[in-house]
Amino acid sequence: MITFTLDQQTIQAAQGETILKAAQRHGIDIPHLCYKDGMRADGNCRACVVEIKGERSLAPSCCRAPTEGMQVKAASPRAIKSQRLVLELLLSDMPDRGYKWQVDNETLQHGELSEWTSRLKVTVRPELKALRRNQPMADISHPAMAVNLDACIQCNRCVRACREEQVNDVIGYAMRGAHSEIVFDIGDALGDSSCVACGECVQACPTGALMPKSQIGSQIVDKKVDSVCPFCGVGCLLTYNVKDNTIVSVDGRDGPANHSRLCVKGRFGFDYVHNPQRLTMPLIRKAGVSKDPQQLNALNRNTADWSDVFREASWEEALAIAGGKFKSLRDTFGKKSLAGFGSAKGSNEEAYLFQKLVRTGFGSNNVDHCTRLCHASSVAALLEGVGSGAVSNQVNDVEHSDLIFIIGSNPTSNHPVAATWMKNAAQRGAKIVLADPRITDMGKHAWRTLQFKADTDVAMLNALIYTVIDENLGDQQFIIERTSNYEALRQNVKGYSPEAMEPICGIPASTLREVAREFAKAKGAMILWGMGVSQHVHGTDNARCLIALASVTGQIGKPGSGLHPLRGQNNVQGASDAGLIPMMYPNYQPVTDKLAHQWFENFWGMPLDNQPGYTVVEIMQKILAKESDPHKVRGMYIMGENPAMSDPDLNHARHALASLDHLVVQDIFMTETAWLADVVLPASAWPEKTGTVSNTDRMVQLGKQAIDPPGQAKADLWIIQQLASRLGLSWDYPGEHSGVAAVFEEMRQAMHTSIAGITWERLQQESSVTYPCLSPDDPGTPTVFIDQFPTADGRVKLVPADIIPANERPDSKFPFVLITGRQLEHWHTGSMTRRATVLDAIEPTASASMCEADMFALGLEAGDMMTIRSRRGTVAVEVRIDNGTPKGAVFMPFAYHEAAANLLTNSALDPVGKIPEFKYCAVSIERGGVSAIAGYR
Amino acid sequence: MTNTSKPVVLATVDELRASIPHKGKPVGKLKGRQPDEQSIQEVRALIGDAPHRRDLLIERLHQLNDAFRGLYERHLVALAKEMNISMAEVFEVASFYHHFEIIKGDDKAPGLTIRVCDGLSCAMSGAQDLLEKLPQYLGNQDIRIIAAPCVGRCEQAPVAVVHQYPVIAATLASIKEAVSNNQTQHPIDQHPTSPAYINYQQYLDSGGYETAKLISQDESDEERILSIMESSGLRGLGGAGFPAGRKWRIVRDQPAPKLMAINIDEGEPGTFKDRYYLERDPHRFLEGLLIAARVVGIDACYIYLRDEYHGCRAILETELAKLQSAPPFLLPHIELRRGAGAYICGEESAMIESIEGKRGEPRMRPPYIAQVGLFGRPTLAHNFETLFWVRDIVEKGPQWFSDFGRNDRKGLRSFSVSGRVKQPGVKLAPAGITVLDLIAEYCGGMQEGHELYAYLPGGASGGIFPASLAHIPLDFDTLQPHGGFIGSAAIIVLGHHDKARDAALNMMRFFANESCGQCTPCRVGTTKAANLMQASQWDNETLEDLNIVMADASICGLGQAAPNPVRCVQKYFPKEIA
Repeated sequence: MITFTLDQQTIQAAQGETILKAAQRHGIDIPHLCYKDGMRADGNCRACVVEIKGERSLAPSCCRAPTEGMQVKAASPRAIKSQRLVLELLLSDMPDRGYKWQVDNETLQHGELSEWTSRLKVTVRPELKALRRNQPMADISHPAMAVNLDACIQCNRCVRACREEQVNDVIGYAMRGAHSEIVFDIGDALGDSSCVACGECVQACPTGALMPKSQIGSQIVDKKVDSVCPFCGVGCLLTYNVKDNTIVSVDGRDGPANHSRLCVKGRFGFDYVHNPQRLTMPLIRKAGVSKDPQQLNALNRNTADWSDVFREASWEEALAIAGGKFKSLRDTFGKKSLAGFGSAKGSNEEAYLFQKLVRTGFGSNNVDHCTRLCHASSVAALLEGVGSGAVSNQVNDVEHSDLIFIIGSNPTSNHPVAATWMKNAAQRGAKIVLADPRITDMGKHAWRTLQFKADTDVAMLNALIYTVIDENLGDQQFIIERTSNYEALRQNVKGYSPEAMEPICGIPASTLREVAREFAKAKGAMILWGMGVSQHVHGTDNARCLIALASVTGQIGKPGSGLHPLRGQNNVQGASDAGLIPMMYPNYQPVTDKLAHQWFENFWGMPLDNQPGYTVVEIMQKILAKESDPHKVRGMYIMGENPAMSDPDLNHARHALASLDHLVVQDIFMTETAWLADVVLPASAWPEKTGTVSNTDRMVQLGKQAIDPPGQAKADLWIIQQLASRLGLSWDYPGEHSGVAAVFEEMRQAMHTSIAGITWERLQQESSVTYPCLSPDDPGTPTVFIDQFPTADGRVKLVPADIIPANERPDSKFPFVLITGRQLEHWHTGSMTRRATVLDAIEPTASASMCEADMFALGLEAGDMMTIRSRRGTVAVEVRIDNGTPKGAVFMPFAYHEAAANLLTNSALDPVGKIPEFKYCAVSIERGGVSAIAGYR
Repeated sequence: MTNTSKPVVLATVDELRASIPHKGKPVGKLKGRQPDEQSIQEVRALIGDAPHRRDLLIERLHQLNDAFRGLYERHLVALAKEMNISMAEVFEVASFYHHFEIIKGDDKAPGLTIRVCDGLSCAMSGAQDLLEKLPQYLGNQDIRIIAAPCVGRCEQAPVAVVHQYPVIAATLASIKEAVSNNQTQHPIDQHPTSPAYINYQQYLDSGGYETAKLISQDESDEERILSIMESSGLRGLGGAGFPAGRKWRIVRDQPAPKLMAINIDEGEPGTFKDRYYLERDPHRFLEGLLIAARVVGIDACYIYLRDEYHGCRAILETELAKLQSAPPFLLPHIELRRGAGAYICGEESAMIESIEGKRGEPRMRPPYIAQVGLFGRPTLAHNFETLFWVRDIVEKGPQWFSDFGRNDRKGLRSFSVSGRVKQPGVKLAPAGITVLDLIAEYCGGMQEGHELYAYLPGGASGGIFPASLAHIPLDFDTLQPHGGFIGSAAIIVLGHHDKARDAALNMMRFFANESCGQCTPCRVGTTKAANLMQASQWDNETLEDLNIVMADASICGLGQAAPNPVRCVQKYFPKEIA
């Protein structure tokens, strides 16, 4: 500790702590504007200057750390004179009308600046007011944010937010002197710039010069409610600002995964909950109206009127029909005739109750969810190899990595806040290796980009493993003490030298060797991957190779290393943990395991099926099975999923869904799947309920209800319980929010070997707890496998993999490869984000990306319509230039119902993970075409 | 004005939804500007293939700016892509420097740019008249005529720079002649614009580099050289006056690798001594640099030369190449870097930022440059002239230098004298000489028809003294009690037809123009002060408040010294502003 005097007091500062922070701790608030907690202090505004004995001029207390015995005066007449003058000068250039009012008071118009001028009773003298600068024009070109630089105080907080925190690097501080100004790119309008609308700048701006359009003016709201972002698996904590039961804006909250950062979806994508298309009444299919899957191909989501197909009903009637028909199907055709898809967008409690309903009410293990479409293969390989399907290290552990290996993942679009930690690591010197057939934004930050040929993951990864073994770069002690089956791996990769693989994967052997060496010798090397790895018929093999690579180099079980499959949905980790998968009870207890089976029969007090159920795509096939098939699926309960958009080969999937005798869909919008339902139950959006979700980092995080659901829409937890009672189950979950705490408590017991230490009360206190967490005083375990793996022998099992080609290769008729995926603004099937004003304004139109060379060859110009055909379907879509797309390939996001990419995709499955090959099928492309849906181009 | 307490509604949600550009929006491209192939090729042709060093951004911008007479937006986009840095970074750097001409949209670069210096000495010699009459006189729409801050040729005032060619003692006719002759480059052998200089061979022939060579061969010599430097009393001649020997010792004690940054961004209005020596005896400076590098243990040297000195750049490029291709001993890495028109880059930390390829924004201290400087390494920062004297001091001994001096002051000073004197120029005179003696003994007296009224002892920042203070010794530390300082020893002499307030306003406008814009007191204060100083009767109360906040709370010397001319006018010339 350092002792110094501040005005009359003697106080202490920690080593490196600034005068400003030390003063704050002692209750002395020195004025400051350019300083913000969590940001690098810049010291430019000079509102915080203090007098230091022995120094000629004043010093910025935000930047200066005291030294022993230093005599500092923050309240001397001289210090205060300059503090006040700085504030007066800044205020003298402000517009008469501000943009960010702390209270409804006309003297406090300019956010933090007004707060300080008010506290110090600073007003602007007329002589300076008369010299107000020439004010720049407002820029309202961006859908989400207004730029009013007449209220800018040049503090650069937005620049630091954009450049140093989010590393999006759109905002600059240009010109000089009194002409200095905040610019976007090269002085472009914000709406025309490369801005990705993370909104970190509006969160950083002290005066309202940069503001969310939705909250200009008074900042007073009815309430602020803490929750978790409902979009991706990163699990950013946030606060909803609520006025009149409406979310008016969102602030990032200091959570362990995001430290107050958000992305465009989390910050500006909230108003889907207020969309007029929300379902507000239970609906029942009108008698005699048939289910026509073809109709969906031409259905305009925004204009279609469901009243031709459905009628409104009371909850009582809807539940009676929904539950009654399930019961009769079960009793008539047997337990295997029913199936359920839960949702990775729902809470842990909903997932838990849903699988419990299927297992105990329907009576089989026919329960699955979209994890099957994203990381099923990764989880299969991880369970086999390391004994746990979850990540070994948390994303922001990349802070401790020397090398960050990102493969088959586009984190700046799909895990934007997680990507910021990787970019921050690159800024401090960590080497990013981006391995992907598409070069995405992360490529700008990469040390090496391996743009390997699509489908050649195993070849490339085996070449890396080969190099490690061949050049003796491996961690021999780790291999000997902590792995099994090494010899088989070593033998297998013998045929995979970088030189032999170069022509196959397209990466020079020298580059492969260089990357392997850096990976092996790094103090910590971490592998993060996405669906580019998992969504192949060889997805499990891809993941096996990653596990082997990390293991032979000893890059697991320590900080800055390990395996991290980046989870897509906000609760895909939690839903899987909770048992929303057909082969496992909660906490990955195999249904075929005698002890587990017995344990759950006891725990739930019901006989349970001991055979695995069918997976997502298999269920679609089982719907269309012969009448004689005892496992033919006839009734389905789908909660919060949209397989009529998200499944591969949609024409087939939609045909299957339309063929069900009984389909109950529980959702917040009339999804494509709901159009094929018999009963539609209006459910609650995430901000309308209380519950927990588990992110990609194994953090269990609490979201609290911020607003009421619209109309008669109900909490999902309530609906599940109601259906359970209609199926004859007698559950009792007392308490507010449909008994969510009681459900959580039951789940905690069912999953005691991983979350015993996480109680509902603790979550209220801490918002976020990482598991494994086994006791109330266990702080949680961010990094696992430090001493052993949770496998039978405690070792990581190395599983060799050989090249398996994609199920459908390009040929002369279908010469292009189609790669599907997501884009920054649109979530999954777009049912939420296409209905979020800002997100849809930024990306309003379906597009598919190609490189210029291919476009030129096809006679295409940017923005032209083109028709893409596969053996299974046809879509027309606009073409976008993206030279990161490899030659011979086209990339399509699958969020657009008017150009549904999954009409084209192949439903071929990985034999182990049962995941479809979304990342690879053969298509043809020709210029021209019209959207199948009226109202779209 | 009263405000209602209603939110400012920019657009309702419905309006936003209606404005969603479903049709016609260019969805065919990724967000923001994308580089086009032609521009990429043009940029590559100039700067070569990637990868590129980030710190060379300003050099790259110069290449484009020279080749296309401006910076087209499409080239900035392509440059960002090629250098793998953000467009914002490229733009904020490009827009910071005066000499980079960013050409917006479909605009075209001017065929030719003429910069007329409006520094005080040139202003007193009719720069304003040139600026007003030139457009019509030249009658060419494609020629852009702009005022420029001091170009460092005050003894040759007025000066107009035709592209890169300085027309000295400029008249309308001589400027037109340069334009018609397409004289746009600065030849290094054209008198009197460029005097004859001692080249590498000549310097070697007269015993040059012998001293440096001896030192380079004898490690034990370092301590001896250090003590010579310390006892010579040589102080930093850029203006700050930090004892050179002490600085060497401080940096020498820092961990390797260590770097040196040499400041030839001579931008203080009225100062031209570095240019004067550089265009006559460049190797004497380089030898000083090599001695310093050797003694301090420097790994790489970066010479930062102001962009206005195109002739000096040609000399340095030529002579450095000769030195490096036939080195008398093992040389450290030496790079010549080109400024781009920014007074503030004469501030050592701003210069360092600029060498790193960034905006020239001064850094906060601590940490000091000696500990954390260029590229985060311990750095020895020196003014050109400081190094220029090293060889003589080492060879002739510390006494040689400290024996000079008058009025109890020690050493030599190179005064850049301009304004109303008969013989302006660089005057090497004893430290402590008074301005009266300097004018009488070194400058041939005052110009005909002018009597000494006032003088600026240290360029724009050093204050303005009345003739009644013409008897005080000119040196470091002697002027502070009177509200000024000597700085780079740029003496601008005003006669009785001149006004101190005009000089002060010229200076404040200069500061406002040259403020980097980083800190509030300087960014806002200089502009507001320049505004207030136009009034016939000054608002002294407000001005004094601005003085206080600028002097006390600015980050660097620019803002801290900006009040000096104001305060001097208030103190010594109150009648002019009453």
